[in-house]
Amino acid sequence: MIAIFKREFKSYFISMTGYVFLAVMLVFAGIYTMAINLLQLSPSFEYVLSNMTIVLMIVVPILTMRTLAEERRSRTDQLLYALPMKLSSVVMGKYLAAVAVYGLCCGIFCLYPLVLSLFGEVYMLGAYSAIFGFFLLGSALIAICVFLSSLTESQSISAVLGVAVLLAIYLLSSLVELLPATALGSLLCFLALIAALTAIVYVLTKNLIICGVTLVICAAPTLITYFVNSTLFEGLFPKLVEYIAVFDRFYSFADGIFDLTAIVYFISIAVFFVFLTVQAMEKRRWS
Amino acid sequence: MIEVKNLTKKYGGHTAVRDISFKVDKGIYGLLGPNGAGKSTTMNIITGCLAATSGTVLVDGHDIFEEPVEAKRRIGYLPEQPPLYMEMTPSEYLVFVANAKRVPFEKSIRQIKEVMTITGLAGVRNRLIKNLSKGYRQRVGIAQAMIGDPDTIILDEPTVGLDPKQIIEIRDLIRHLGKTKTVIISSHILAEISAVCDHILIISNGKIVADAPLAELENSADEPICIKVKCDEARAKGVISRLFPKASAKYSADGDFTLISLTVDDSEKVRSDIFFAFSKEGIALTELHRDDKTLENIFLSLTNDNYVEEADAEWKHYESPEIDSKSDDGGYTPLFSAKNEEEDENE
Repeated sequence: MIAIFKREFKSYFISMTGYVFLAVMLVFAGIYTMAINLLQLSPSFEYVLSNMTIVLMIVVPILTMRTLAEERRSRTDQLLYALPMKLSSVVMGKYLAAVAVYGLCCGIFCLYPLVLSLFGEVYMLGAYSAIFGFFLLGSALIAICVFLSSLTESQSISAVLGVAVLLAIYLLSSLVELLPATALGSLLCFLALIAALTAIVYVLTKNLIICGVTLVICAAPTLITYFVNSTLFEGLFPKLVEYIAVFDRFYSFADGIFDLTAIVYFISIAVFFVFLTVQAMEKRRWS
Repeated sequence: MIEVKNLTKKYGGHTAVRDISFKVDKGIYGLLGPNGAGKSTTMNIITGCLAATSGTVLVDGHDIFEEPVEAKRRIGYLPEQPPLYMEMTPSEYLVFVANAKRVPFEKSIRQIKEVMTITGLAGVRNRLIKNLSKGYRQRVGIAQAMIGDPDTIILDEPTVGLDPKQIIEIRDLIRHLGKTKTVIISSHILAEISAVCDHILIISNGKIVADAPLAELENSADEPICIKVKCDEARAKGVISRLFPKASAKYSADGDFTLISLTVDDSEKVRSDIFFAFSKEGIALTELHRDDKTLENIFLSLTNDNYVEEADAEWKHYESPEIDSKSDDGGYTPLFSAKNEEEDENE
């Protein structure tokens, strides 16, 4: 894992990716600091970070687009498969290298509150917990984008896919209000979701039996629960969608709350998507 | 030592490898077969890059699917396209591979130096891989496979795309490796395999059709004697059956001539007997020769039959009945189209 991590980290700075990522992040952080902290005379670095989430949405896919897509295109993934090493440590090495580049950026952010404290009173705990939250948010997004990179052979597709998915997640919290909150509405949304899942299963396996089993396993309990106790479904779907809105979790940090559930949430998102990436790599050995 | 048992690999509906079993001990082994026969698939499965549909692969007793890390440590693999990171230099790349294979630091320095000397990379060690020629890239790939001192080195078409001088150099390198290690190379070029290998496995259409030492394979043949005489088939048959009542012979007409292919033990005496027998009858004998069974003939005879047969079957399976490959005689050569089809599937 360490060997993969080292190579990957170095390659970020041999190619331009690492520099571009750091430069864009720091330029925008600089602009926001200038606008919010210096011109509006606000002592809170937290506000800068909550504005930076939108920049994060665009640069994280650029940071991670190469990770696995490029290996696959240049056939170097054959080396990774043939190395006496578990696939999970290969993926972990790659993921951690991307996180390390991002961590470098957050490390530089740590200097900003210090600079600001030269001009007045800064609430250090709030600023640093926000930076920590920002780091975790980014790590979760990187995991999502690394997974997307493992799905394709082309860097550009992986980047576009990444931006699209992150944008959807970013807009999710405002979309929630449009969703039906009644019990029947929720049920229909769930059924639509189950139908989509079954379709995906069919595309992946081309097997009608597995497909039918998935449909029954997912749809039957949903329908039974609905007919037994329909009040459970009231507002359930919007709540579930809200749960996927990764960005929203960060705003409690920006408001000065050190949110433990959010920390657990970010870490579980990261672990889940790294796991999915390993499965995606493993799946390729089978086809 | 590598032991492959009942290996099968299916890609969707297409079976790339069917129930292959073989054993590999010390020496240089050649995996030979036409394009799309399943060589690369087999190698990818042995090295753990691909999962098999069924069957097992044991590397020194370690199952590649059950204990992949232990098994992979004993194998060095060069895939068809060398897996090189273009933005690195050979020495950086080899250091990375040594780290990834968990070679201890002291040992890795010694090993990288040694491997570079053997493969002749010392002169280009600090140039970027993307600026190296194909031959040097191939060497970096071979060097990568040698790192970690594995007992078995598997090279998939190691000389493809190289110039003749580079081919000779790579062959020398393979021979050098074969002195101490098990080497498996694949190729669809016969000269290549017969030049370096001690033992040959011929794969055709996903099946092993021959598995024998090179020398044995070359001696195995009894090629028939070919005779061409100026007479009709019945007369020729009469002469031959009087001369060799037990021998099997095939006859075919060719204008005024009859071609006979006769399977008997060849000797001076047999040949003179044939000559005098025909001249006594007043029949002109225009040809009398016997092909030495070269590796090429063995290869073609082993791969052709079931190759065309199976490809034909598959062909018919796909095509509508009015395009019958047999009825269409206008310049149609089943072997050619069968090969094309195989290649397409391979891609």
